[in-house]
Amino acid sequence: MISIKNLHKSYPIGQSSLHALKGISFDINDGELVSVMGSSGSGKSTLLNIIGLLDSYDNGTYYLNDLLMENLSETKAAYYRNKYFGFVFQSFNLIAYKNAQENIALPLYYQGISRKKRNIMAMEYLDKVGLRDWAHHLPSELSGGQKQRIAIARALVTKPKLILADEPTGALDSQTSYEVMGLLTDINKQGITVIIVTHEREISEMTNRIIRLRDGMILEDKPVEKSKANV
Amino acid sequence: MFSIDRWQEIFITIGKNKLRSALTAFSVAWGIFMLIILLGAGQGLQNGVMENFESDATNGMWIYSGITSKEHDGLQSNRYIQFNNRDYDETKRINSENIEYSNATVWVWSDNLITYGKESVNYDIAGVYSGAQEIEKNDIVKGRFINKADCDENKKSVVISEKVRKELFKDKNAIGEWISIGGIPFKVVGIYISDSNRDNDVVYVPFSTAQRSFSLVNRVNNLSFTIKGLTTEETEDFEKTLRKQFAMRHKFDPTDESAIYIHNNLVSLKQINAMFAGISAFIWLIGIGTIIAGIVGVSNIMLIVVKERTKEIGIRKAIGATPWSIISDILMEAILITTVAGYFGLVLGVAALEIFSTLVPPSDFFRSPQANLQIALSATILLIICGTIAGFVPARRAAAIKPIVALRDE
Repeated sequence: MISIKNLHKSYPIGQSSLHALKGISFDINDGELVSVMGSSGSGKSTLLNIIGLLDSYDNGTYYLNDLLMENLSETKAAYYRNKYFGFVFQSFNLIAYKNAQENIALPLYYQGISRKKRNIMAMEYLDKVGLRDWAHHLPSELSGGQKQRIAIARALVTKPKLILADEPTGALDSQTSYEVMGLLTDINKQGITVIIVTHEREISEMTNRIIRLRDGMILEDKPVEKSKANV
Repeated sequence: MFSIDRWQEIFITIGKNKLRSALTAFSVAWGIFMLIILLGAGQGLQNGVMENFESDATNGMWIYSGITSKEHDGLQSNRYIQFNNRDYDETKRINSENIEYSNATVWVWSDNLITYGKESVNYDIAGVYSGAQEIEKNDIVKGRFINKADCDENKKSVVISEKVRKELFKDKNAIGEWISIGGIPFKVVGIYISDSNRDNDVVYVPFSTAQRSFSLVNRVNNLSFTIKGLTTEETEDFEKTLRKQFAMRHKFDPTDESAIYIHNNLVSLKQINAMFAGISAFIWLIGIGTIIAGIVGVSNIMLIVVKERTKEIGIRKAIGATPWSIISDILMEAILITTVAGYFGLVLGVAALEIFSTLVPPSDFFRSPQANLQIALSATILLIICGTIAGFVPARRAAAIKPIVALRDE
C-alpha cells in the first residue's frame, strides 16, 4: 500500500532550515493498523502530512499503491486525497456552519455525487458512528467525542483505502479516547488501513504496529505483542 | 458549474457576512447608479440642445448686422450697418447656386399691442418671406404659413403660435378671425408650434406688409437661408464670400468681424457634436472611476473572506476540493455580489431618470434624460467583468492556501 524510501524533508525557518525528516524508510501493507509515536518535534505530523499528500517531500521516494507520488499538481493531489485517504484531525476540523450530516456529505460533493445520494450515504455513516439522532446538529452543539466521531464518519464516507489520523484523541478525555480508538480499530477490522499519529503510549498500544520517531529518524519499528486492538 | 449545491455554498458564505456584503454591494450599486445618472443627464443635455438646435434648419445660415470696429475707405469705425432690401435681393441673386430657401426678417418690436376683442397681448412681430418656414422649421398645426402671395400683394395676413392663440382666443378656432396689431387689422391664416420655447413668442406677418404698415420702408434686420451643395468646410469659405459681398455694399473692411455676424448651423452642429463627444468621454471616465472604487471594495471583502476562511479552505482541500473548485467559488461569489448589486443600481438609476423626466418639464437645454438599452447592456457586461476582476486576486490567494498550513493547530 505505502512504500517509503529514504524520505527527507526540510522547512525553511528564516535564514536556516529545519531538517524535519532525515531519511525515513518503511512499508505499510493493506489492512495494517499502525501508530506513529514520538514527542512533539519528532517529525511525526510531517510524515503523516506527506503520506496524506498535504505536503511535499524533498528527497527519497514515496509509492502509494505502486504509484510514485512526486511533483503532484494541486489538482492531482486533491484527486488522490479524495480517492485514497480519509483524514481525522486532533481539532476535528469540522465546518462550523454545516450540520453533522452536511459535514459528512462534503467530501462526496467534491466527488460530484448528487445531493440526494450524498445525504443518504451521510446518514448511513452517521448511523455507523452511532449519531443518527444528531444529524441536524451543528458541531458547536456536539461534545468532543461526538465531533470526532462525525469527523471519522466524514473520513469514511468516501470509502477510502487509508485513514490518516493526526492525534485523534489529543483533545479528548480518556473515556472518549477509548471510544474513538474502538471505532478506529473496528474500521481497521473491516479492511481499511489506519495510520494514527500520537504521542500517547496508551493509544499506540491499541494498534498492531508502532513506528517510533525521534528527531526525524525512526528509532524503532516493531509490532505490538499484545495489542489491545485484538482484545 | 451552475449546480444548486454551488449556489447554496455561495449563499451561505454571503449570508454569514450580511452587513459586510451589503455594504460592499452598496458601493458597487452606487457606482453603477452614478454612471447611469451621469449618462442619462448627459443624454438629457444632448437631447435638449439638439432638439433646440434642430428646431431650426440644420443647414441654416443667419446674417445679422453689427457695428464696424475698423476704419475703412475714409469711413469711421463704430458705424452701425443697416441691412436693406437690396442686401436681400442681391445676396439671393448672386449666390443662387448655394442658397436653397431664403428669408429676410424685419422686426416690428413689441410696442404694438396685439388685440382680439377684449384680450390683448404684447409680442414681437416679424415680417418674413415664405422661405422662413423652411428655415425656422415651425410646425403648422392649422392653416398655413405666410406665402408668396401674401408678400407680393402686401396682404394683411398673420401667423401666430399656439401659445398666442390660447391667450387671445381661449378655446376658439382662430383661423379666419381678424386681430388688430397696433390698430391695423390682420387676418389669422395659420397657427404654429415651435420646439424651441423662444420661437413661440413671435408673431409672423408678410415682409412687405410689415415694412409698409409699420413705416419700416426698406429696412431689413437680418437675412437667413438654407445652404445647398456645400460641405461643412465649404460653408466656412462661403461665409467669407458673403462677408466680402456685404463689405462691398456697406463699405466696411471685409476682415472686420463685428460689422456683420454670420451664424452657420452646420459649423455649430460640428462644434456641438464635438462637445458632446467630450462630455460623454468625461462621464464615462467619472463613472468608471466610481465603479473601480466599488470593485476595489468587493475585492477587499473577498480577500477578508478568504483570510477568514483559510482554515475552512484547508479542510475542504484535505477532503478533496480541487484548486479550481475553490477558485470558482470565490469568483462566483464576487461576480454574484457585483452583478446583483450593479443590476440594482442600474434599475434604480433608470427609475430615477424616469421619475426626473416625468416631474421636470423638458426645456431648451434639458429634455428626456435617458440611459438607452445599449448603455444598460454594456454596463451589465462591465459589471460581470468587474466581478471577475474583483474576485481574481482573492481567488488566487485562496487557491494558493496549503492545506497543511491552514490546518496547523494554533
